[in-house]
Amino acid sequence: MSDESHEAVHRHEVPTSFIRKYIFSLDHKVIGIQYIILALTAVVVGLTMSVLMRLNLSWPGTHWPILATLFPTGAPGGIMNPDFYLSLVTMHGTIMVFFVLTTAPQGGFGNYFLPIQIGAEDMAFPFLNMMSFWVTLVGFIVILAAIFVEGNSTIANSAVGLWLGGGSGATVGPIGGWTGYAPLSAVGAAAGPGQGAGMNLWIVSIAIFCIGSLLGALNFITTLLNMRTRGMTLMRMPLTCWAWFTTAVLALLSFPVLLGGGILLLLDRTVGTSFFIPGGLVFGSSVLTTHTGGSPILWQHLFWFFGHPEVYIAILPGMGATSHILSTFARKPIFGYRAMVFAIFAIGLLGFFVWGHHMFISGMSPYSAMTFSILTLSIGVPSAVKTFNWLGTLWGARIRFTTPMLFAIGFVSLFVAGGITGLVLGQTSLDLPMHDTYFVPAHFHLVMGVASIFGMFAATYFWFPKMFGRMMSERLGKIHFWLTFVGVYCIFVPMHTMGMVGMPRRYANFGEYRFLDSIHPLVVFVSIAAIITALVQLVFYFNLIWSVFKGKKAGDNPWEATTLEWNTSSPPPHDNFAGVLPVVYHGPYEFAVPGAPNDYVMQTDPRGSEAPVAEGTGGNGHNGHKH
Amino acid sequence: MATTVTSTRPLPKQGIGGGPKGRGPNGNGVPRNGRDRDFNDLQSSANRYRIGMWVALASILMMFTALSSAYIVRAASSTDWIPLKMPRILLLSTALIIISSGTLEAARRRLKDVAGNAYKPWLLSTLVLGLGFVGSQLLAWRQLVHQGVYVASNPHSSFFYLLTAAHGVHLLGGLVALAYLSLRRRAPRENPLAVAKAQAKADAVTLYWHFMDFLWIYLFVLLFYVR
Repeated sequence: MSDESHEAVHRHEVPTSFIRKYIFSLDHKVIGIQYIILALTAVVVGLTMSVLMRLNLSWPGTHWPILATLFPTGAPGGIMNPDFYLSLVTMHGTIMVFFVLTTAPQGGFGNYFLPIQIGAEDMAFPFLNMMSFWVTLVGFIVILAAIFVEGNSTIANSAVGLWLGGGSGATVGPIGGWTGYAPLSAVGAAAGPGQGAGMNLWIVSIAIFCIGSLLGALNFITTLLNMRTRGMTLMRMPLTCWAWFTTAVLALLSFPVLLGGGILLLLDRTVGTSFFIPGGLVFGSSVLTTHTGGSPILWQHLFWFFGHPEVYIAILPGMGATSHILSTFARKPIFGYRAMVFAIFAIGLLGFFVWGHHMFISGMSPYSAMTFSILTLSIGVPSAVKTFNWLGTLWGARIRFTTPMLFAIGFVSLFVAGGITGLVLGQTSLDLPMHDTYFVPAHFHLVMGVASIFGMFAATYFWFPKMFGRMMSERLGKIHFWLTFVGVYCIFVPMHTMGMVGMPRRYANFGEYRFLDSIHPLVVFVSIAAIITALVQLVFYFNLIWSVFKGKKAGDNPWEATTLEWNTSSPPPHDNFAGVLPVVYHGPYEFAVPGAPNDYVMQTDPRGSEAPVAEGTGGNGHNGHKH
Repeated sequence: MATTVTSTRPLPKQGIGGGPKGRGPNGNGVPRNGRDRDFNDLQSSANRYRIGMWVALASILMMFTALSSAYIVRAASSTDWIPLKMPRILLLSTALIIISSGTLEAARRRLKDVAGNAYKPWLLSTLVLGLGFVGSQLLAWRQLVHQGVYVASNPHSSFFYLLTAAHGVHLLGGLVALAYLSLRRRAPRENPLAVAKAQAKADAVTLYWHFMDFLWIYLFVLLFYVR
């Protein structure tokens, strides 16, 4: 029997060649780091774009020589034209949502730590895991190609550009927003600059991304259901695992819908079908006669059926990491473990029934709107459960204010600050005037953008010692935290005010809107805050790279945490536990247990086990089982 | 071993045997968890193919649900919908794929007999029936093209081509899997894990194929009998 177990455990041998070890690796840890590097790269692109947008909004008409050099047609003489600005909006959103907020939390940290935390030697399907990363990378390359095919008039008008759908060279990609609303996205180059070849590549990129994410989700779910080690019952899993699992379920069920919608959209653009294009559209001076009868609202339904679960895909892993880290540094069990698990599920489940709240102004029946509104507001209940439990965990604790802990507390703060305006936007009557004002970006950036990123910062500082065997600099980490924390509030709180004044989002300039003149100083303030906050991230990047090589050596369990990843070496060996899978005796957050010698009890500690060992021994007479 | 007992303040080990058995105090896991691992490694390693297939089917189902809902909305909300006349050959397609599900099920059951090769003819006939289905679908496309009905002709034809193509692509994946099953070597009998895995893979492929069968019947009814 032991031979089979042996084979089951070491399903792939330790690779020796560089390519198999670091490039086309089957090891979930390497794949996780690859995802994180992808996200770290993509976020630079997305952040640069947001800074460019702020430059244009605050100081319109200013010459930026570097833009004149990089994008001679999109920013002639260094002044961005409006199409260029709109394409920045689109690509910033697309890259951030897909290639940062979906890749790092799930593909990155989830890939690295889910198998270790449940005591598995790897994912269930290592090959699919590898494919999921490489497919996602191809998606990223295609989205970058969408920038250049539209950003460069030579390429756009070349044979390649024309074959891909033609277009202008005046933008850096599609201009229709990350939601790709039809019919603007469906009629091709006639809809304006960026909507030709760039839009085609945009759709292809998203479709590729969907496939990559589906492979990942398949792996996560199967791994969690099938590969937990002995004693790791579902209710002994760390909350991070619950979060990754729920996220995977959401991805599994929502990405296929986007994929289906994307296929329909691509057919409308390339084959001439009319799924989303109504008849008689007028573009400039011409009437579109080739299409009839399609429904643009249909695209919105398909898109948001995916889009709303997507925001939970972005934030749930951050919630998991926050719960995990809060408990660890508060040195207290997480408050209400079971309630936390059910709250994650409730958020995930409700997330599938609220997509209509993105479409209140689409002319839907007031009855549907009310249904969507009530369901949306009901998400406040599990969200409040989570928040109360986080606060309950912190209450009366002797908190260790490490950098990961600061970011986790920052997550709670941002989640509350951003979530509270969700209650405003979730109500039809309040959403109608607020829709498409700066109130909306203010809301979702705080809650799904920055909060998720704070979750990932917390995760990075927390797990870096495990991943690289070295600590990150606490001093730099704290500088990074405080400047970023203050910075993001300076950026996004004023945006609420702008929204309430009636400042519409996605406008390249407001020169003609005199009623907004009085708010311009606030716009400039936000831009300065954004630029400073963006620059502060260099501290993080420096800390990251410096610590990989020069950081203080970390022990196996520098944070005195309890879960399985702290039970193996830093970094873990190829099969995570050096051939002996751990056996689990405890829940994941047993801190400050009365009578225990330390203030924490590892999950693998056999003493004080509440498990009914008496039912039969028959183990291998050893901690773990041998081969 | 050194890697498994580390913490900054290591706790002294106590003599122990095995982990918790049976139902854990806080809930229960799948068989591998909280039970005797040595026994369940077999089933567990093999089970991942079955679980993985169910999970994959959920996602495929969601895509076809999305396309179906688009179909229903588009059909209900438009005035330009011209119903297609059903190409008769689709009845043949339907018959072929239903029979193929039966033959594959027969092959799967015969695979449990570790010694024999009785499953082979059933598997090969499934493969042939599957190819026949694809051919029959292509003929249906040809018939429509001869009538001058193309993808962009009207919404019903768009959906017909789209849904048959999407189903066909998934079915081709099934055919590749069937080919893999027929070409692979038998798992050595003395290796129970390999046998369990081989059976699990066959189960997964069979499940997929049955799903493709039901999916086709569903699409067929949706396309031509729901109005």
